Amino acid sequence: MKNNNLKAWLYLLPAILFLGVFMVYPLIDVFIYSFEEGYNSASQTFFGTGIYNYQYILRDPYFLQAVKNTFILVIITVPVSTGLSLFISVGLASIQKLRKLFQTLYFLPYVTNTLAVGLVFMILFKKTAYTDGMVNLLINLFGGQSVDFIDGPYWAKMLVLCIYTVWIVMPFKILILTSALASVNQNYYDAALVDGTTKWRMFTRITLPMISPTLFYLIITGFIGAFKAYSDAVALFGTDLNAAKMNTIVGYVYDMLYGNSGGFPSYASAAAIILFIIVLTITCINLLISKKHVHY
Amino acid sequence: MQEKKLSKILLKIAVYAMLAVWALIVLFPFYWMLLTSIKSYGSYNAEFIPKFYTLSPTIENYISAFSAVPLAKYFLNTVIYTVVTTALMLVIAIPSAYAFARLEFKGKNLLFLSFLALMMIPTELVVITNFTTITNLEMRNTFTGLILPSAASVFYIYLLKENFEQVPNELYLAAKVDGTTDFKYLMKVLVPICRPTVVTVTILKVIECWNSYVWPRLITDNPAYYLVSNGIQEIRENGFGRENIPAMMAAVVVISLPLIVLFLIFRNKIMAGVARGGTKG
Repeated sequence: MKNNNLKAWLYLLPAILFLGVFMVYPLIDVFIYSFEEGYNSASQTFFGTGIYNYQYILRDPYFLQAVKNTFILVIITVPVSTGLSLFISVGLASIQKLRKLFQTLYFLPYVTNTLAVGLVFMILFKKTAYTDGMVNLLINLFGGQSVDFIDGPYWAKMLVLCIYTVWIVMPFKILILTSALASVNQNYYDAALVDGTTKWRMFTRITLPMISPTLFYLIITGFIGAFKAYSDAVALFGTDLNAAKMNTIVGYVYDMLYGNSGGFPSYASAAAIILFIIVLTITCINLLISKKHVHY
Repeated sequence: MQEKKLSKILLKIAVYAMLAVWALIVLFPFYWMLLTSIKSYGSYNAEFIPKFYTLSPTIENYISAFSAVPLAKYFLNTVIYTVVTTALMLVIAIPSAYAFARLEFKGKNLLFLSFLALMMIPTELVVITNFTTITNLEMRNTFTGLILPSAASVFYIYLLKENFEQVPNELYLAAKVDGTTDFKYLMKVLVPICRPTVVTVTILKVIECWNSYVWPRLITDNPAYYLVSNGIQEIRENGFGRENIPAMMAAVVVISLPLIVLFLIFRNKIMAGVARGGTKG
């Protein structure tokens, strides 16, 4: 038995070593950083401890802008992508022919490089001296005015960011929802058919309750994912997100850490912890709501 | 009755139309990047209203993507990074999954619970210290610095452990009677039996590595160590000159292609693997 003990720890050693150095230690350290005032990464010294870092970033207009952007992004993209993917998945579940093909196509954005495909969205929406771009062409077709979605007004930039985010997160949601819909027991529908129930009633009384745990899982992961948005914004607006007024909380953390505005790991840590608290709070609220509405 | 049949057909048509529209939205960016990448620089910029087709395709953009910017270097870096990180992940994950699934030892449950708890920690929280650690070890702009922090992943340990546990006890006992060592049993019996899961885990990690952006950006500022994500950002900001969009799109095609091919080959495995617990979005 003693021998076995030793062997098991030997098998676990690499994992414990890596996780210890790159996850557990950093996790403790980030809290310490966030309370060290005036930390200098070159000399590794600091003046004192306290909550100054938190006070500083909560007054930093760039941080407030990032919080505002992130919240708008979350509030728009989570309901839109969840609703849209439910709509598409229900459609997908109701057909036989071409279903496999559609499923495969819909999943494509999942395996693409966010940064690379973001460039395609940029040129589709961008207005340059040479061309108004594809999307503006469509807008003109319906009688609208051309807008510069990449360097133009705030709402236009936010709109592109939301559209791209939805496009990126849809594959995962459609995949999860189609498999949930496929696993609903056919007997329920057969029974309802015998009773002459309408399709809409079948959807709201059978399908929705049966898939509500999955739907709820998607909403939670959707919230968490959207709060951590960053690379989609970089793909569309470039690395200087503060100048574009399009920064996100995660972007603010990284900008504080590194780059032209970087070198402040303490501010970065404080911002990361605030993000973590926001995500944790929202997840708890979600869990409380789910207790009422989800049928397990 | 006739009316009911008609409305049923109409509904079906509406469903197919909606699905086709979404397929179009998904595919259009891919079509556009391919199309733009084969338009010549001159003809692209001459089109104030972009054309949906081209009659004179050219490969000049692909040539300049490989000659004007070090795309081949970025590509090679990413391949090295992806292969080594994935291999290292397997070396770490397989033995620990085995220990959790098959071996008995003190503190097993507690340790497994703490592993699960680690799954909930967002990367954003640990990146800051890792950045400082790697910087202090003077491992910035090295492959070691890029790879080490990305190698361990609790989620894959968990997936493998679940699968290892499904293999019947009898196999293990029979191997023990034959005097097979644990390590030999793991490599010669367990891993081959669980190959589908090992393959799934490998592919998911490859996708993750190929697309990783944040960590490589923090840890490399020397273009000789850029991965494709950072490379494409560099190309966008300083590459061909801002307006050479066709060449930029050629680079995007080159970067996207490996994963799309991988996906088309392994689509069932990838989709099943992601459905079991991938996250994104």
